[in-house]
Amino acid sequence: MNKRVVIVGASHAGAQLASSLRQEGWQGQILMIGEEPFAPYQRPPLSKEYLRGEKNADELLIRPAEMYIRHGVELLPGRCVRSVDRTAKRVLMEDGKSFDYHKLALCTGARVRQLEVPGADLPGVHYLRTLADVDAIRTRLVPGCRVVIVGGGYIGLESAAALRKCGVEVSVLEVQSRLLARVTAPQVSAFYQRIHAEAGVVIHTGWSVVAIEGEDRVTGVVGADGRRLPADMVIVGIGVIPNVELASQCGLKVDNGIWVDEFASTDDSDIYAAGDCTNHPNRLLGRRVRLESVPNAMEQAKSAAASICGRQQCYDAYPWFWSDQYDLKLQIAGLSEGYDRVILRGDADAGRSFVAWYVCGDKLLAADCINRPKEFMVAKQLLAGALPVSVERLADESLDPKLILKI
Amino acid sequence: MPIIHYIEPNGAEYEIDVPVGHTVMQGAVDNMIDGILAECGGVCSCATCHCYVDEAWYERVGEPQGAEKMMLEMVVEPEPTSRLSCQIKVTEELDGLVVRLPPSQY
Repeated sequence: MNKRVVIVGASHAGAQLASSLRQEGWQGQILMIGEEPFAPYQRPPLSKEYLRGEKNADELLIRPAEMYIRHGVELLPGRCVRSVDRTAKRVLMEDGKSFDYHKLALCTGARVRQLEVPGADLPGVHYLRTLADVDAIRTRLVPGCRVVIVGGGYIGLESAAALRKCGVEVSVLEVQSRLLARVTAPQVSAFYQRIHAEAGVVIHTGWSVVAIEGEDRVTGVVGADGRRLPADMVIVGIGVIPNVELASQCGLKVDNGIWVDEFASTDDSDIYAAGDCTNHPNRLLGRRVRLESVPNAMEQAKSAAASICGRQQCYDAYPWFWSDQYDLKLQIAGLSEGYDRVILRGDADAGRSFVAWYVCGDKLLAADCINRPKEFMVAKQLLAGALPVSVERLADESLDPKLILKI
Repeated sequence: MPIIHYIEPNGAEYEIDVPVGHTVMQGAVDNMIDGILAECGGVCSCATCHCYVDEAWYERVGEPQGAEKMMLEMVVEPEPTSRLSCQIKVTEELDGLVVRLPPSQY
């Protein structure tokens, strides 16, 4: 048989894997199976340009569908894989069909965490992960309608920013005592709270949702202390869960993600995995992580493609992320977990541009760069080289950011 | 449709038809040219679509502005004609444009 790679998941990781397989010289078949009825598309704009109605679905496609055909990648959109038979090296489809594989790549991504309170299944309660999710939100948006966003993380805040541009009343409910509590320093949380308040978003922290009210549609949200907020729509953004079921059902090791090595290989040498669904070792961080980001999906997919083609390409890039809200371009390098101090460069209390450096000893762990692209590039280089940093230089606004790199 | 020439560091050259209005980055991604990573999908956030515009074309393409300019100062091996390809919109005037791709995007 002509050797075949089966990619499960028409995702960022899946799209990159297909592309990198051809770049690596893979001559066999490539079959990409996706549950959604589209070719792989960009997810980040869903909570930004697409929610604001500034981009259409075609513009979200990572590449036009015909390009896959031209490069010999067969796409099967709108189809679900039921299980994997590792002995027969075959994927079994929900519709009863099956496909043999020479190598299998699991790029199954993650799904939204559901809000588990009474009323959470009422019409008007939305999530934001897929094109269809945003289409459903957009058809219900009318100027002046009241949207309550549950979750003050990046998805919630990006959605809030986009919805304010649509002329909608927006409240954000966050269960923690501050926004972005899990991922940023208090100074950055306070900054985003100020920015959103200035844009007219009403923010409630320390607010836990215990029920959603309504007869046949959402009419409001109930808090733990009995407070009520009226709502015409609720958007829930409280995190994601990795899609590991196919892997665990066929006996692959799974622990907070599909367990892979630095070459994106699972404990079955014919099965690889990439993207949000994986738990992988990162040599630079010195620990295993599961990341939810596009760069992670793409870089890991490239390692997987190399492995499939018999070449070892270690995936050990530093994580990075971005978030666009209003006119603010936030670029995050590294993971801040474990920092012992935060050093600010610029004024977080006024204006719209500063850096929060997360430092442990004399090493940088991460940087949140708000409208500071140059410092972001510096942060990536500091991290990649594990270079010692000087607190004075990090904080010194009069110094060209380039000179932070000089020891 | 304008033709854009992409030259990989190893000398491999691709001649790609890229529709007017698309970016030079999208032309590479559509055609599975991995020398341009484009991790942020074209919103000028990652500087992984760095390219060197052929000198003969640089004036027509124009200079980088704002965030692009600042990030380009810090990319690996910047050159005087460095640009982020997500910020170059293809026009009829750019038919025949030649861009070289750097050995590494970071």
